[in-house]
Amino acid sequence: MSSEKPSIKTDAGSPERLLLAGDWQVDVAAVVAEKVAGVRGPANAVDATAIRRMDAAGALLLLRLADRFGIETSRLDLGDDHRALVEAVEAATQSDPTTEPAAEPHWRRFLAHMGESVEGIFAKLGQLLGFLGLTLITLVKTVPRPSQWRVTSTVHHMEQTGLNAMPLVALLSFLVGAVVAFLGATVLRDFGAELFVVDLTTYAFLREFGVLLTAILLAGRTASAFTAQIGTMKSREEIDAIRTLGLDPIALLVLPRLIALVIMLPILAVIATVAGLLGGMLVAAMSLNIPAEMFISRVHDTVELRHYLVGLIKAPLFAIVIALVGCLEGFKVGGTAQSVGERTTSAVVQSISLVIVINAFAALFFMEIGW
Amino acid sequence: MTEANDTATESTSESTIAIRGLKNQFGAQVIHENLDLDVRQGEILGVVGGSGTGKSVLMRAILGLRPAQAGTIDVLGQRVGDDSSARELLRRRTGVLFQDGALFSSLTVMENVEVPLKAHFPSLPRKLRHDLALLKIRLAGLAAEAAPKLPSELSGGMRKRAGLARALALDPELLLLDEPTAGLDPIGAAAFDELLRTLKKALGLTVFLITHDLDTLYTICDRVAVLAERRILTIGTLDEIESVDHQWVQDYFHGPRARAAQAVGGHGAE
Repeated sequence: MSSEKPSIKTDAGSPERLLLAGDWQVDVAAVVAEKVAGVRGPANAVDATAIRRMDAAGALLLLRLADRFGIETSRLDLGDDHRALVEAVEAATQSDPTTEPAAEPHWRRFLAHMGESVEGIFAKLGQLLGFLGLTLITLVKTVPRPSQWRVTSTVHHMEQTGLNAMPLVALLSFLVGAVVAFLGATVLRDFGAELFVVDLTTYAFLREFGVLLTAILLAGRTASAFTAQIGTMKSREEIDAIRTLGLDPIALLVLPRLIALVIMLPILAVIATVAGLLGGMLVAAMSLNIPAEMFISRVHDTVELRHYLVGLIKAPLFAIVIALVGCLEGFKVGGTAQSVGERTTSAVVQSISLVIVINAFAALFFMEIGW
Repeated sequence: MTEANDTATESTSESTIAIRGLKNQFGAQVIHENLDLDVRQGEILGVVGGSGTGKSVLMRAILGLRPAQAGTIDVLGQRVGDDSSARELLRRRTGVLFQDGALFSSLTVMENVEVPLKAHFPSLPRKLRHDLALLKIRLAGLAAEAAPKLPSELSGGMRKRAGLARALALDPELLLLDEPTAGLDPIGAAAFDELLRTLKKALGLTVFLITHDLDTLYTICDRVAVLAERRILTIGTLDEIESVDHQWVQDYFHGPRARAAQAVGGHGAE
């Protein structure tokens, strides 16, 4: 498609008459705009009949030119093909004066955003506590009525969140256990205290890492899954359908997930602890010449049951946090697919942060009471 | 049968879209076979067909979004195919409105309309690009207040209009619409029909329109193509189509809803 250059000339016969020609289209709009701006007056007539092709962009610029010299659209000389277009564009530009909302300066938006975020933290905590209360009330109401127990659903979620996560949790804990032992070996070898690698690994895994690793993994794996599942249902109005059918979405969706996780997270934590110890044991045997029997007898000598209880007691707490955050974020999903993604991210971030914060407070607490 | 053959022999020079012997299939399931279709310059062609007859597949094939198993598609005199420069040119000269607008959800309406302008004319000054986008938003029947809003803040009808504004951004010669009035209330749908007719007249558009809306068919379509039995079963003005002796066509155009639409819209084909 050949194109003609747009041009604006003054009529040789009557100098106040502008002659427009060429193609006035969007691909040369920048050139046309420059030409239009460059026209020196005075002018009292515009002849646009020689314009070969015109589109909405060209029409807009033509109208600007006419407007600058106060020429009404009815007085423009237009080709027959173009009049309808110019009139439509004129109607669209006149429909309301350019009332563009003034953009707020960046620093104000930055401040506003920061304020919103800080406010959001407290709002979210409040929502989470409210949701916890709601779930507990529903749980209390459901317990005496076995007909309302969602056993199948609960078992399904136990499989999804527990059984299916087992290989991952075991493998990662094993590797972290090995790394912790290596780390200890590097430092303790200089003091000739290699045997304390056993203490380091066992204390670390019994008290902290077994549960913490499991909780962080499940926060990533399960909280996101809960949010996505419930969020998709929410965005397709399934939650509303559940309510209108006289069912309780909390009892139907949240309780099975919560109970499944409260059962499975401690079990996974035990597996993670064992796997971590095995990792430490392997490194001790391979690079420190501490045979497995010595490792085990050392554990027997030094570790008391309370060390493990300190770790394991946190497991149900983490399970509740992860399940509630995951479900709550799911319920917050709006109508769009984008909001499912946003909520899922938010669920993972919140549950991991909460798990680590709670773990830190628990560690402080148990240390203070001398356990 | 005869109608389909007539289409095949029509000259292609004045056709905005010319499809010959198109075949589309998913695995073993053949959607289209030996499909011929001509869309004339400057007309509004309505495409109807039962669910699963591949109306949207046909549109995607015309857009070059899915390769055809056989046959040729010419749009605005360009062969739809592998040639990337031809594809680039076609993209510039066609506008598309997908079913729910397909607006980019993270961008405002204004930014949505600016996307094609930015992509194809990067040298356009910012202010002018802004003004052009605003013009298209107003041409599509939205107020300027809608420009800084996100798609999620708009109603269904406004989203469609915003999608139309984006489709019009590059001043296309050909507009492809997938069920533009689906999900709109009758008043909104009628307003959208009216808008399409005005825009077609003012901008000289050729429109390929997939629809289930009988009112749309009767009020704005110049011709109607019926998609059935894997091909264009028949194409013509509504008067011609209504008299076609085919069960589905008879059911479609002589059902209670069609009679109501006829009564109101009159025979839209001039």
